[in-house]
Amino acid sequence: MAKPLHPTPMLDELEKGPWPSFITGIKRLAKENDMAVDLLGQLEHSYETRMGYWKGGTLGVVGYGGGIIPRFSEIKNPDGSYKFPDAGEFHTLRVMPPAGMHYDTGTLRKLCDIWQKHGSGLIALHGQSGDIMFQGASSENVQKAFDEFNELGFDLGGAGPALRTSASCVGQARCEMSCFDEAKAHKLVINKFLDDLHRPALPYKFKFKFSGCPNDCTNAIQRSDFATIGTWRDNIRTDEAMAKKWVAKNGVTKLVNEVISMCPSRAIQLKDAGAVTQGDHISSVKVSDSQALEIDNKNCVRCMHCINVMTGGLQIGKDVGVTILIGGKSVLKIGATMGSVIVPFMPLKTEEDYEKYLDLAQRVMDFFAENALEHERTGEMIDRIGLANFLEGIEVDIDPNMINRPRMNPYTNMAGWDEEVAKAEGRKAAS
Amino acid sequence: MAQPQVRKPVEGFFDNKKFLHPKFVANYGNWKCHDRPRPGVLHHVAHSGDEVWTVKCGTQRQMDHYTIRKLCDIVDQYAEGFMRFTIRSNCEIAVSSAAKVEPLIKALEDAGFPVGGTGNSVSMVAHTQGWLHCDIPGTDASGVVKSMMDHLIDEFKHERMPNRVKLSTSCCEINCGGQADIAVVVQYTKPPKINHDLVSAICERPTVVARCPVAAIRPTIVNGKPSLEVDERKCVCCGACYPPCPPMQINDPSSNKIAIWVGGKNSNARSKPTFHKLVAAGLPNNAPRWPEVNAAVGKILKAYQADGRAWERMSDWIDRIGWPAFFEKTGLPFTKYMIDDWRGGRVNLNASTHIRF
Repeated sequence: MAKPLHPTPMLDELEKGPWPSFITGIKRLAKENDMAVDLLGQLEHSYETRMGYWKGGTLGVVGYGGGIIPRFSEIKNPDGSYKFPDAGEFHTLRVMPPAGMHYDTGTLRKLCDIWQKHGSGLIALHGQSGDIMFQGASSENVQKAFDEFNELGFDLGGAGPALRTSASCVGQARCEMSCFDEAKAHKLVINKFLDDLHRPALPYKFKFKFSGCPNDCTNAIQRSDFATIGTWRDNIRTDEAMAKKWVAKNGVTKLVNEVISMCPSRAIQLKDAGAVTQGDHISSVKVSDSQALEIDNKNCVRCMHCINVMTGGLQIGKDVGVTILIGGKSVLKIGATMGSVIVPFMPLKTEEDYEKYLDLAQRVMDFFAENALEHERTGEMIDRIGLANFLEGIEVDIDPNMINRPRMNPYTNMAGWDEEVAKAEGRKAAS
Repeated sequence: MAQPQVRKPVEGFFDNKKFLHPKFVANYGNWKCHDRPRPGVLHHVAHSGDEVWTVKCGTQRQMDHYTIRKLCDIVDQYAEGFMRFTIRSNCEIAVSSAAKVEPLIKALEDAGFPVGGTGNSVSMVAHTQGWLHCDIPGTDASGVVKSMMDHLIDEFKHERMPNRVKLSTSCCEINCGGQADIAVVVQYTKPPKINHDLVSAICERPTVVARCPVAAIRPTIVNGKPSLEVDERKCVCCGACYPPCPPMQINDPSSNKIAIWVGGKNSNARSKPTFHKLVAAGLPNNAPRWPEVNAAVGKILKAYQADGRAWERMSDWIDRIGWPAFFEKTGLPFTKYMIDDWRGGRVNLNASTHIRF
């Protein structure tokens, strides 16, 4: 039995209503855990005064420079002692979940056991970078909890100016849209850069994210410095039985309004079944005895919309790989920026493909480490130095897929024009 | 004296295969299609002919271990021992027979886990740590989200929006909650209050000066001590100086407000990814239930639900009808603060005669 609860009239309001209540959960913990009792006390004080009362600090586990988020309470008695002493130290351990956030119940229970024993029992599944966040350990227990998590095979995630924990989507495990083995790429990247993950020495944070297709379920373009997103180069595959079934159920009106009209590059047409164009880049599928869909794959931008709507009837191609976009980040300091295309297509099937992919990641990380200013994200660095200089630094050739449109101002010195034309012709000849 | 024994950590990231449902392992990379037999349930079919049903339920994200154990009990009793979580803290539980779906749904709902969040529904809110655990929060995301989801639970359980709706909540302008169809984000309205006695002891002044996006911070001497000053005419009240220098207190219970942003979309489906845009601000940070935020989010969702066409995300809908119609249909006031004056912001002005009358 723990000590009695502090009165929490404001938090009690959050026990009402049908959605699962985190307050009810913390109260369950507070029946046997004094940290949870004082956490509720501190949180009620925050709700009353509308202010936060945690400060950071320096705390770690042996051998690591990051992964622990120290939190000390700032609510003190006049003598300087903690007003909520059992939550005076309430540190978080960031732990990397399995790729795709897949678990078996046995493992989850063991994680719960460890946190019940060494911490407050409060666990966030998951934090915004994708960590399991074990919230609420005393300074003394941080190492003990980590040792047990680590014995179970789990490792800490990133914090500070370091490689951060990555996220990958549900992926090949359960998704027909997946164009590469997200979990494999995720694992290889983390293991290659473990030192940058555990011992923060980069200019600022660096995040990889892995989405199996352009639906981008991990929000890689907007939330990661290095986004790896599955795509394909060949034609959309079709399944006549499923396409016909879709149209039989939904009708031609929906086919026109919800599939054909919504194609962003107008690459789909409805045709009389006998009038479908033949060609290497045409996918076609009969949707009824008299009509067929015709897709011009040369003009398809792989947005996923038609495949999302007619799942099964239309399917991703077979020549799959990834597009890599670099420079996504949130607001600080120049405003949010998205990753932009650095590699339009890279196959990711053979071990050699993975080696090339990891080499590129290494070059990007090295260039970032050497050239970014303190507290500057990759996207901000590219903003400062220009994409062309960044590409030269990471030894990637320019490609018109990297831009929305060419520049609209004359403010650059183009004295090297002839040399650049020669390079462009060289690239053309080599491809 | 013997040194205490130090355990050397085993560094590295493991293979996830042992955490996968056996059908996921057997059909890895070989799925064909999926459909949704009912809201909250996905049905995947593999090229091998194998089928898997996934039941999706919402959670409170900040979970006590009892809640996680309860989920595990249900998964063991009514499913097959495997589950995963989405980035919006929904739990997805796989079973290999259709007959197990309804009993699993009943067990989850009886235990208080709402089943839904699939397809064109409103999913759970991606959110930040807030007063519960963050060192710089302006509000408590968990509380805002709990009160929002209490209002939106029917839209979580049903698929009756034009397309999926993703929400986020962030406790400061850094926006760790991320981009979303509707994002609820703290907005500061006053420059930081500086405790000059502490700056020199706690803050690395050049670092703080460098953090300011509008170069409004200068080194100075106050009462004989090195400190910092803010040019309040330049200050945009973003709070960027506060994390590296806590004596520059940005949070203020009387001036912290909440803003709402709409139309963020990360998927490449149809239109290219886009960031969310400001549509409301000045909402009170009204703990513990944030009724004004809920009212504004409700208005936006209602207008989108009534007028959006099938498959249009919030941003697609607004692209079609235009911003004047958005403000008209939602009843939200259009103010000068929505006119972008940040660097490059003129690209967001209407440089055309494209006007809907």
